Amino acid sequence: MKDVRDAPMVGRTTDGRLVQRPLSPHLQIYRPQITSVLSILHRATGVCLAVGTVLLTWWLVAAATSDSAYAAVSGFLRSWLGLLLLFGWTAALWYHFSNGIRHLAWDAGHGFALPQVYASGRVVLIAAAVLTVLTWIVGAVLL
Amino acid sequence: MSQTTKGARVPVMQSRLGCARGLGSARSGTAHWWQQRLTAVALVPLTLWFVYVVLHLAGLPRAGVAHWAARPLHAALLLALVIATFHHTQLGLQVVIEDYVHGKAARLVSLLLVKGAAVVLGLAAAVSVLKLAFAG
Repeated sequence: MKDVRDAPMVGRTTDGRLVQRPLSPHLQIYRPQITSVLSILHRATGVCLAVGTVLLTWWLVAAATSDSAYAAVSGFLRSWLGLLLLFGWTAALWYHFSNGIRHLAWDAGHGFALPQVYASGRVVLIAAAVLTVLTWIVGAVLL
Repeated sequence: MSQTTKGARVPVMQSRLGCARGLGSARSGTAHWWQQRLTAVALVPLTLWFVYVVLHLAGLPRAGVAHWAARPLHAALLLALVIATFHHTQLGLQVVIEDYVHGKAARLVSLLLVKGAAVVLGLAAAVSVLKLAFAG
């Protein structure tokens, strides 16, 4: 024990040996639940979308630069890697969007009872999936 | 309100409330939390609009996009989207870094890099929108 703050993490086994206890909830033993999984997904999709802002900037800068610069970004987006990234970002965007609205409802004081939290979590997953598929169907019809 | 600290007689041109407001243990009051929510609310309609725009502009040559972006309302909404997006992004990444990066130096460096990148990318995007709006 190096610091007094480590004290809650130190315990004794039945034969009296001092051991380090893991900080709870420890990811390796804690069962994933819809609440915790959706929570970390909000963060993960947020980070993915932050990376996606590079693409948004590239697109705007290219549009303001030249025909060849815009052709380059268009070509990349129509490659298999570009389409894969766009699909991932669409899914991340709709998930973060839907779950973000769930968070705003919580901020306003609504939906805190556990059955409501589970139900809104399922609604968010369904909404994100439907919006993602819908976006790509509309995109495929238009192009 | 002017106050005098005990002994030293240094005038303090700030009320006690002013000292406390925004200066708790985290040295920032509710400003970060509030701005994150404000940008989130703004991004709800802006995101819906942006996805519509991307689908609307997909496949067009540069001239078509430039023509669309030259309309003042489109440029204004694009600017609002860029500002809200980059502000929301750097606020969010800041919290992620503060949660997971523990070393004092590593935390400071990653915060500066992320915030710097958000400013530079955001400015590049904003200047591009303005150039499209004014010069096509």
